[in-house]
Amino acid sequence: MRITCPHCGERDRREFYYVGDALAIDRPEPDAGSDVWNDYIHNRDNPAGVTRDLWYHESGCSAWTVVTRNTVTHEILDTMLAADAKEGQS
Amino acid sequence: MVELIAKTACDGLLPITHGSVTLSEATPERITAVAAFEGQAKPLAEALMASNSIAMPAPNRSTGGAKLRAIWVGPDQAFFVGEQLSCELGGLASVTDQSDAWAVVRLEGAHAVDVLTRLTPIDLRSSVFKRGHTAKTDLMHMMASITKTGDAAFEVMVFRSMAKTLVHDLTTAMTSVSARDIA
Repeated sequence: MRITCPHCGERDRREFYYVGDALAIDRPEPDAGSDVWNDYIHNRDNPAGVTRDLWYHESGCSAWTVVTRNTVTHEILDTMLAADAKEGQS
Repeated sequence: MVELIAKTACDGLLPITHGSVTLSEATPERITAVAAFEGQAKPLAEALMASNSIAMPAPNRSTGGAKLRAIWVGPDQAFFVGEQLSCELGGLASVTDQSDAWAVVRLEGAHAVDVLTRLTPIDLRSSVFKRGHTAKTDLMHMMASITKTGDAAFEVMVFRSMAKTLVHDLTTAMTSVSARDIA
């Protein structure tokens, strides 16, 4: 599997560290309530298909990236810097 | 008073030659890590150009030469390897002296590229990875900075604590490559 880093270009998967669902960057407000926080901390989908993950370009440029990929075909559909993904939301 | 003896990272390990490839240690006077503060990338680049006549490198590129080389290591971040920077960058960038923190080696020779290709996942073919190009990548299991400094010359940096492993991995690959090197 090869991941395109927004800075470094297409790189081998070994250079990256898998962090988990990109949902992690959508942190709820402190007073969002226990149900929302419980969901944010504990509940994750496990799709056979398209998923959005956070990957850390550990041995490369140290960027946090949001990778959209297909867990069935291993196809990488999109990569963007986590900072840009967060900016796009606000 | 105790007399401390300064040792380089690869002291007693190098140089080594196998076939056409030579591995030697580079001992730059200074390694200075420069990371631009948010929004300061442009004034930082101008300050470095004015004081040291060196450009802040673009992603995956290096600038300068043997005396002072700027190696891209991350977004708006570079290592300045060689002589000491002669300017104050206060307010523009975070500046850290990392002179003793890295092992720096030179890998030179006709088959140097074949040696590195055995150890790193990046495409090192000369049509893709040209002189002045650099990559932060894996070398075996180590995080490394690999810069092409000549047609058949590379400079490799890893954390100083991994110097012996770096020399071991490179010389193992050199031995294998030279065994196939039928002149």
